[in-house]
Amino acid sequence: MSGSGVTVELINGLADLNQVTEAALQASARRTRSRRRALVWLGRVAVIVIVIGGWQWFTEVGWVDKFFFGQPTGIWQSLVTLFTQDTGFGTIWENLWVTIQEALYGFLGGTLAGILFGLLLGMNGYLADVLSPYIKIVNSIPRIILASIFMVAFGLGIFPKALLAGVLVFFVVFFNAFQGVREVDRNLVANVRVLGASPLGVARHVTVPSAMTWIIASMHTAFGFAIIGALVSEVIGAQHGIGLIISHAQGSFDPDTVFACMVIVAAFTLLAEYLIGLLERAVLKWRPPVRSEAAGI
Amino acid sequence: MGDASPNPTGDRAARIEIVGLTKRFLTPKGDPFTAIRDVSLTVEPGQFCAVVGPTGCGKSTTLAQVSGLERPSAGGVRVGGQLVDGITKGVSYMFQADSLFPWKTVLDNVVLGPTLLGTPKKQAIALARDWLRRVGLAGFEDRYPHQLSGGMRKRVAMAAALINRPRILLMDEPFGALDVQTKAIMQTELLGLWEELRPSVLFITHDLDEAVALSDRVAVMTSSPGTVKNVFDIDLPRPRGDVQQIRHEQRFLELQGQIWESLRDEVNRAYAMTAAAA
Repeated sequence: MSGSGVTVELINGLADLNQVTEAALQASARRTRSRRRALVWLGRVAVIVIVIGGWQWFTEVGWVDKFFFGQPTGIWQSLVTLFTQDTGFGTIWENLWVTIQEALYGFLGGTLAGILFGLLLGMNGYLADVLSPYIKIVNSIPRIILASIFMVAFGLGIFPKALLAGVLVFFVVFFNAFQGVREVDRNLVANVRVLGASPLGVARHVTVPSAMTWIIASMHTAFGFAIIGALVSEVIGAQHGIGLIISHAQGSFDPDTVFACMVIVAAFTLLAEYLIGLLERAVLKWRPPVRSEAAGI
Repeated sequence: MGDASPNPTGDRAARIEIVGLTKRFLTPKGDPFTAIRDVSLTVEPGQFCAVVGPTGCGKSTTLAQVSGLERPSAGGVRVGGQLVDGITKGVSYMFQADSLFPWKTVLDNVVLGPTLLGTPKKQAIALARDWLRRVGLAGFEDRYPHQLSGGMRKRVAMAAALINRPRILLMDEPFGALDVQTKAIMQTELLGLWEELRPSVLFITHDLDEAVALSDRVAVMTSSPGTVKNVFDIDLPRPRGDVQQIRHEQRFLELQGQIWESLRDEVNRAYAMTAAAA
């Protein structure tokens, strides 16, 4: 009897020991993780300090001419000036708002048109075969040049800028939507057809949701193009907008203000990027959570 | 059942007659390629018929003609006496690959079948919940397919295929990608549900054990271009119960041996053909 009692005690003891090591293991795993996270952040701060500090140092010493390449402190000064004084074309907020409007209208219009045409051509093989050489030709035209034509045709307002942004966005989204439709799993189409779906039903239940992965992925790139379209058109000719401020600063040899405008637009793009990320997560919540890392770049 | 023929007596409507079925494709180079030639096979109402044959012999092509997804080059398929022309009504299809819609939850995947037939939303949802319970997936309604194991996904596919109470069930190696244990469980469950609903089944498989254990009939197809070589009647008693048990019975082994005898030459010939092409 006493023998079995000893065994039980021994087993209990072992269980305790197991728990202790378990807790120790967890604690050590947590330590490893937090140490790694600290190291990553340290590295990130070091990179920014080296880049900006180096820039400041090189221009200060005179190895790099700040007349041409600007200087971090100068950029900061320009930012302060931009936000506190009139730019000559209204406040910075007014100008930023104009650029944002152009980019957003272009982005929305281009995306909608791209999705529509991409789905249409993707689902209709005949139409795709007929139009594909022309699409390739149009796509090989350097579309930035269209900014000049749009300005001549539509004046200096918001519309020609949004139009150029829209054209740039359209092709990015179009090709992705088209490819997305082409990549649809044949089995799923067969399945939904056997279940009795009409062609519209096939589109609704299979083609569109499947192409959505590609479309949303393309929106990250497309938004960058919308901003480029808006800014380039403004540089070519405008009455308001960040691009106008940039071209003005360029004319008066003021690289600091050009960089300051870059910072402002970059901040806005990051915000938009974040919102697109939210949309992506909402629309594609069915996807297995693996490839999120690449999407953030 | 949505059959167009006047007064379909449930039985007659589930008869599959494949007569002189031939299907040719155009290869990307523009040459004609004969996938199946002169296939004739009859599946009686409520019968479970397996089709075995070497890789690439046109088993799936045959199924596609029965479902009406493709049109035959010659010959034809009659389902319930009516020539198949366009998607056949009352047919369900189960594929080897996952044919669940990854962007739909488990419940929405199963609901789709009845809604496409025009069942009101509420009724369809109630029906789908009931079927998910039947295949043992109650409580998983809101999951997405990628969150399920391979066996669970097959259960969802099974519920989605059976919820419309099809008169004909086409299965294209439905359990081909599963591990051996899961496969056996799914086979037993399929038999249970089949005995309840009694659709006519055309079941493609590479697995002879599976073919013999499940079917009333096994058709052996020749190597490409495929045609029906032999048809074996499986006289094992029903209900078969556990698929794992039946494999050890004497009669099972006899039948399995006979069928393998017929299939072996075809498999070797198909292998020699692919080896020569490579």
